[in-house]
Amino acid sequence: MAKRIETVGLKAWFGAFLVLDGISLTIEAKQVTALIGPSGCGKSTFIRTLNRLHEVVPKARTEGTILLDGLDIHDPAVDPTALRRDVGMVFQRPNPFPTMSIRDNVGAGLRLNGVRKRGDLDDAVERSLRLAGLWDEVSNRLGRPGASLSGGQQQRLCIARAVAVEPDVLLMDEPCSALDPISTLAIEDLIVELKDQYTIVVVTHNMQQAARVSDVTAFFNIGGAGQPGRLVEVGRTSKMFTNPDDPSTEAYITGRFG
Amino acid sequence: MTVVGGVELHTSLRRRGTSRAVSGLLAVSVGVALLPLAAVLAYTISRGAHALSISFLTHSMKGVGPLDPGGGVYHAIVGTLEQVAIAAILSVPLGLLVAIYVVEYGPSRLAFLVRFFVDVMTGLPSIVAGLFIYAFWVLALDRGFSGLAAGLALAVLMLPVVARSSEEMLKLVPDELREATYALGVPRWRAIVSVVLPTASAGITTGVMLAVARVTGETAPLLLTAFGNDAIRFSPFRGPQSGLPLYLFSQAGSAFDVVVRRAWAGALTLIVIVLLLTVVARVVTARRR
Repeated sequence: MAKRIETVGLKAWFGAFLVLDGISLTIEAKQVTALIGPSGCGKSTFIRTLNRLHEVVPKARTEGTILLDGLDIHDPAVDPTALRRDVGMVFQRPNPFPTMSIRDNVGAGLRLNGVRKRGDLDDAVERSLRLAGLWDEVSNRLGRPGASLSGGQQQRLCIARAVAVEPDVLLMDEPCSALDPISTLAIEDLIVELKDQYTIVVVTHNMQQAARVSDVTAFFNIGGAGQPGRLVEVGRTSKMFTNPDDPSTEAYITGRFG
Repeated sequence: MTVVGGVELHTSLRRRGTSRAVSGLLAVSVGVALLPLAAVLAYTISRGAHALSISFLTHSMKGVGPLDPGGGVYHAIVGTLEQVAIAAILSVPLGLLVAIYVVEYGPSRLAFLVRFFVDVMTGLPSIVAGLFIYAFWVLALDRGFSGLAAGLALAVLMLPVVARSSEEMLKLVPDELREATYALGVPRWRAIVSVVLPTASAGITTGVMLAVARVTGETAPLLLTAFGNDAIRFSPFRGPQSGLPLYLFSQAGSAFDVVVRRAWAGALTLIVIVLLLTVVARVVTARRR
C-alpha cells in the first residue's frame, strides 16, 4: 500500500518535441502532492509517465529514472500493464465505460483482469463505491448505465473504478475541472480521505484547490512557447503559498501570469 | 423597436425570411431524396404483392414450363440465404480483424498498405469478383458451379465494405476510453474485446448489415458462380444453385406477363428478406447493451 515515487532527470518527448526536461521530484507516500503551473508546462505528461501511459501515445517516449518504492518502473522485467494496476489514474473528463452498468464500471478493472467470482466482485464494488462516497446514492440502481449519473457522480464513479483494483498510487489529472463547485467539494473531501491509504498526485489549475487538499505543491513552468516544461520549485504547500523561494512561483500563485 | 446596449432584440424580417427559406429548402431536399426510395418500394409492392402467396414462397420452378402460371421462389430463397450466410461468415470476422489491426495496432507501414488495398477492393466491380472466383475456384480448382462459389465471390465484395465501415466505427471510439481501460491495468487485447468493440458494436452492426444488403442483391457474380437452377438445391457445396437476383434476372426479361409477375413477387421477397435481416441484427445488438 501507498508507495513513494522518485523521479530522477526525467525527460519526455512527443516525437522530436521535448515536453519535459530533467524533472527530479520525490513524491512521498500517504500525502497529497499537487502539481501546478500554466497550461502546456507538462504537468499532465508528467503524471502520465508515472504509470507509463505516456508511451501508449504513438511516438511518445521518456528518458530518465522513475522509482516506485525503489523499483525502476522502466526495468525490462516490469510489465507496464501490471504497473498500472499499482498506479491508478483518474482523468480530467469523467469517462465511465458507456456500455457498462454502474456495477460493471466499478468492477471493470477486476473483471477484465480475470476476477470471475460474483461475490468477490460485489464486495469490491461496494467497498470502492463506499470509499468514493457514492454508495448511498447508487446502491439501489447498480444495474443502470454509468452514463446515467450526473457529471460529479460520474467522476466519483471513475474514482471508485480506479480504487477497486487496490492501487498504491492514485494519479488525478485535473479531476474537478469539468465539475460544478459542489461536486468539486465532494471530490476534494474524498482526496483528503483517500490519502490515508494512497499516495495521491493531483494536477490542478485551481490554486485554492491545491491549497485546500495538498500537503506538498510542485510548481512547473515553461520558458516560452516550444520550450520544455521544467520543475521550478517544490515544497510544503503552506510555504509555497506564503513564502515561495522562486519569484516566478509567487507570480503564478498570485495570478500575475498563467 | 427594443434596443438594449445598441443590440436589436427583435429578429429582423430579413433574418426570419432567410431562416424560413433555408428550412424550406432542407425539407424539399429530404422529400426529393426520399422520393426514389418511396417510388421503388410502392411500385414493387403494387406489382408484386398480389403475386406473392404461400404457394409462391414454398415452390420451386422445377417442371414449370415457359408459359405456365404457378411456380415459385423457394429454391432461390434457399440459395440466397446460404450464399449470403457463407459470405458473411467469411468476411465479417476477417473484415473486423482487419479494422482492428488498422485502428488499434496502426499506424504502421503495413497498416497503411492494408488500408490502401481495402480502398482499392471497395471499388472492385462485382462482375470482376465473380470472374475471379469463376476462373480460380470453378475452373482452375475444378470445383464447378455451387452456392459456395457464389458465397466466395460475395465475400470478396463484402470484405472491404465491412473492413472500411468497422474501421470508421472503431475510430469513433474516443481514445480516452482506451486510456481509461489501460489505466486499470487491463491488457490491450482485453481493452479491445471488452470496451472498444462493445462501444462500437451498434455502428459495426449497421455497417455489416449495409454490406449484407448490398451483396444480397448482387446478380453479376452469381451468373458465373452459382449459375442458377430451377430446382431446389439445399447443399451449397456441390452443383448449380439458384439465388433471388438470378431468379429476378431470368424472369424479368420475359415478354409474358405471368413470368414478369413472378419477377416482381421475387423482388418484393428480396426486399423483405433484407429488411428482416436488418431488423433482427438491430434487435440483437440492442439487447446486448
